Amino acid sequence: MDLLVPILAAAVRSGTPILYATLGEIITEKSGVMNLGIEGVMLVGALTGFGVTYHSASPWLGLAVAFGVGAALCAIHAFLCVTLGVNQVVCGLALTMFGTGASSLVGRSLVGETIEGMRAFPLPGLSEIPLLGPVLFNQDAMVYLSFGLVFLLWFFLLHTRPGLKLRAVGESPIAAAAAGISVPTVRWMATLFGGGLAALGGAYLSVVNSHMWVEQMTSGRGWIAVALVIFGIWHPLRSALGAYLFGGVGALQLRVQAAGTSIPAPLLLMLPYVLTVVVLTGISIRKGKGILLGAPAALGLPFHREDRD
Amino acid sequence: MTTASPLVDLRGITKTFLGVAANDSVDFDVRAGEVHALLGENGAGKSTLMNVLCGLYRPDEGRIFLSGEEVHFRTPRDAIAAGIDMVHQHFMLIPVQTVWENMILGQEDFGFILSKSAICRRIDELAGQYGLHVDPEAPVWQLSIGEQQRVAILRMLFREARVLVLDEPTAVLTPQEARQLFSTLRRMREEGHGVIFISHKLDEVAEISDRVTILRKGRKVGTVKTSGVGPEELAEMMIGSRVVPAVNKRAGGAGEAVFQARNISVLNDKDLQALHGLSLELRRGEILGLAGVDGNGQTELCEALVGLRPLVEGSLAFDGREMTGAPVRDFLSRDVRYIPADRRGTGLVPTMNLRENYALRHYWRDAFRKGPFMNWEAIAGQTGRIVERFDVVTPSLGVPVRMLSGGNLQKLMLARELDGDPRVVIAMQPTWGLDVGATAFVRERLLDVREKGAAILLVSEDLEELLALSDRLAVIHKGRIMGLLDDPRLATEEMLGLMMAGKPLASFGEGA
Amino acid sequence: MRIRIEKRFDSPRWMDWGLPLIALLLAFGAGALLLAALGVSPLKAYAEMIRGALGDGYGLSETVVKAIPLALCGQAVALAFTMLVWNIGAEGQLVVGALAATAAVRFLPSENFLVMVTLMTAASALAGGLWGALAGWLKAKWSVNEIITTLMMNYIAILGLEYLVYGPWRDPTSLGFPLTPIFHEVARLPQFFGTRIHAGLFLALLTALLLRVVLRWSRWGYEIRVIGQNARAAAYAGMATSRHIVLVLFISGAVAGLAGMGEVAGLQGRLQPGFSVGYGFTAIIVAWLARLNPFAILAVSFLMGALLVGGDTLQVVMRLPLSSVQVLQGLILFFVLGGEFFRNYRLHFLKREGDA
Repeated sequence: MDLLVPILAAAVRSGTPILYATLGEIITEKSGVMNLGIEGVMLVGALTGFGVTYHSASPWLGLAVAFGVGAALCAIHAFLCVTLGVNQVVCGLALTMFGTGASSLVGRSLVGETIEGMRAFPLPGLSEIPLLGPVLFNQDAMVYLSFGLVFLLWFFLLHTRPGLKLRAVGESPIAAAAAGISVPTVRWMATLFGGGLAALGGAYLSVVNSHMWVEQMTSGRGWIAVALVIFGIWHPLRSALGAYLFGGVGALQLRVQAAGTSIPAPLLLMLPYVLTVVVLTGISIRKGKGILLGAPAALGLPFHREDRD
Repeated sequence: MTTASPLVDLRGITKTFLGVAANDSVDFDVRAGEVHALLGENGAGKSTLMNVLCGLYRPDEGRIFLSGEEVHFRTPRDAIAAGIDMVHQHFMLIPVQTVWENMILGQEDFGFILSKSAICRRIDELAGQYGLHVDPEAPVWQLSIGEQQRVAILRMLFREARVLVLDEPTAVLTPQEARQLFSTLRRMREEGHGVIFISHKLDEVAEISDRVTILRKGRKVGTVKTSGVGPEELAEMMIGSRVVPAVNKRAGGAGEAVFQARNISVLNDKDLQALHGLSLELRRGEILGLAGVDGNGQTELCEALVGLRPLVEGSLAFDGREMTGAPVRDFLSRDVRYIPADRRGTGLVPTMNLRENYALRHYWRDAFRKGPFMNWEAIAGQTGRIVERFDVVTPSLGVPVRMLSGGNLQKLMLARELDGDPRVVIAMQPTWGLDVGATAFVRERLLDVREKGAAILLVSEDLEELLALSDRLAVIHKGRIMGLLDDPRLATEEMLGLMMAGKPLASFGEGA
Repeated sequence: MRIRIEKRFDSPRWMDWGLPLIALLLAFGAGALLLAALGVSPLKAYAEMIRGALGDGYGLSETVVKAIPLALCGQAVALAFTMLVWNIGAEGQLVVGALAATAAVRFLPSENFLVMVTLMTAASALAGGLWGALAGWLKAKWSVNEIITTLMMNYIAILGLEYLVYGPWRDPTSLGFPLTPIFHEVARLPQFFGTRIHAGLFLALLTALLLRVVLRWSRWGYEIRVIGQNARAAAYAGMATSRHIVLVLFISGAVAGLAGMGEVAGLQGRLQPGFSVGYGFTAIIVAWLARLNPFAILAVSFLMGALLVGGDTLQVVMRLPLSSVQVLQGLILFFVLGGEFFRNYRLHFLKREGDA
């Protein structure tokens, strides 16, 4: 118990940035747009969040600006993939390259600086619950916000009119268009919102978790988020579980390392990546057995209303 | 009421795709309380005109008037808001979503948070009023094609459309279901709706419409009162002076059975069972026709017969040799050929040229290889010969086939599949979407290979075609054969319709 | 006035080279704006880059040195992309290839140059190939998304490299630096003209030639192209798609693995972390810019090599981080992608009545 609670609490904390990015990617992909630029967007978000917090001393401002900058960055993706209909895989890779490069180019002067960041904020009452309290309710505000977001997005997708529109556009853009929905508008908004959330995830890393900016500090979390979307079969609740699972592996590995084990660090660091491959394979094997998955039917396919083949 | 300006008036609509005019300054109008048929062959521009009316395409030229007022539809939303709605050939429903979700798609009422009960109540109300019953909570992909069409029609009424467009609605229905649809359309007419009925079938147009407008090659031929013209006149307006040449069914006795499928069951792409222990045999020099409403397992059957779809149970045999589970190449090398319905998606590689598309099904032959390399010279030679023999119109053998017209694509595919010495030919919808000339050509070529002793399975939705070409005729429904007629001439349309709707032949009894 | 977008069948020939060229110019233009915003003179920066990469014999030779792994990895990803298999793992395959070459030197030492080089070549190709084929096998067997698996395997390969050079393979005399011992003389690829250009160059040229011949003339190449352009038609033609996926990713990985061998045996002479500056990722730009054409890949890798050398110069002369090059790479790819739109679509400017 003494060992379990800190590890679980740390799992939630290190899962949160991945969770934000995953939720964002779910929304984007549900509209039929695949954004493989998440890794780059997270980095830009991490730098923006840190930079703004550093200069303004307000973590909330930092996070908000990071969201905006992430959305703006994904406007490139939206323009190329939605408006021009180019290859989404390659465009996402370009976004990752650009984001990775731009964040370390612009962030040179901030390397080595630190900020106050955000403190834990135990929720009165709830944090007293045994086990669950310290794990879930003795966290920072961004963690609570992510809890809310998971339920909000789940509700949005299944029970609201815009959520229905979003799903329709990702399933059958031509049918959605015939029903009077503007496919480009929906896809643009989903891409921008998804990018904003990814940047927020990145900003969580720098502003809340580590209180500093390091080049390439996301170290593949953006890609793990993309994999988690598949793991969570495009469902916010399942993806949250996935994010905490990966957070847990990360937390565990840090603890094992801190405990002074003889296992070399690089091998421990491999764990999340190996786990991603294993989990993805497991999911795909089940998919092969005929379980209907939530993959949007039009994912990755460009759409022009007047195309005729 | 009819003295007022028409509900909708299209004037001088022109729309081009890739330099070809799909509509060339077409005029069209519909009044309240009438069914106006839009008649024309496949590719005459009917769907394009209606997509313009519904705001899906924007016309290059022309104007649209709504009760006398000019309107500009920028998107389908504008058209829907103006009371114009359409049931497309493919319905435009979202398969994974439920009926009620599909109903309110694009609708702005019923609140930000969707109130399912209110929506379902409204659906039930309308369904009762028009006799179109559906389960609002069923996911659309679980519904039959007929039910899906009902949902799409109901959706127009749900959106309170005044002008209702139905694009080839009977193509997916049994004759009985079509009759039911017609009575719904009549009720809509009585309620003062303007109904536009798109079709290429003369008898239907004569039965349901008040006026008919005929399109040919993107141009309007004329608008006439249906009661004032006979089917011959309509046919002539539709296809010009040419008439579909009657097929000369040639002699060629049915030989021994060469290809047998016994009790085969297969799954569809959603892993649901598409065929349930189906059996059939193909005989030398014979065309076995397979009738049925689209989506009853025909594609899965054809794919199973040529090795493209694994059997869950049952067996295949060719020339007495077991073929169950054999790879596609084994079927090919025994000259089992397949003409899929999906030309661009399966039968051809649109981005590749004619040579490469010929090679698709023949490149493995010794004549077309030089060790590990392709013998492009030999392939080009043979491609040139079949292109000439089948009269495929193309600028050269080196252009991507997506540049060819639909008819020429089909001729190319047919030429490739019938090249050499086909023993078994599985032909799915081989004349779908072709003009009269190309249709006759394709039918003649099928009869040619029949004469040479090939065993042919002809899958079609066109009963006339099946009756004209088949030596024997089977009917498929939900993955089962409802019956096999040794002499198709004895079949009535009524009887075939009932079989297509799931009534087995055996149940007709002796006296029927 | 409104703009109508119309699909077209074929694009004018000049677009084949014109669009990438325009894209490059626009990317450098956008990069200039970014540099100016950071208070760096873009003109000076670009001048330094050009001078550094192409200005003298040394710069040119260094450009070729960087072009070698880029060309090999470019061929590797282009082959996979031709079949619409997204091998994003060339970087990892390159690293694994380098590991295997090093392992060959370490565990199968030979006094004979030919034997040693053959061993290294075989080991690196085999290791890179298997690393790629693993992702291919998962995709073929259970349709596991290869974008994710190849990417994750990059991280795994790089961490594996770190484990080895910090641990069991570290040179005991390196004073704690993460390096393997320097390779024996027979395990070094020859270098030419007194520059660092090494025999990997021939591997790159040979690979380009081979892939060109295979893709255009061989039956296997034809199958690969059909699968890439219409998978359903490929099944209809009786092509064994899953076997091809594994094989293509094996070859793709093997070619990238050779690039890794070239880096350790031709250039560094030892294994150390960070020996690849993201060649496997830059290769994706190379392949796309070259429109997957093996010969064009050679030319484009020279260009991208120049960009990398220019980036090094920027680092030294203007104290700009190497990441500026990554920014440019991203921009280039953006503009190249944008250019594809004009290849497939034509814009019509229509006047509407009353607009005038």
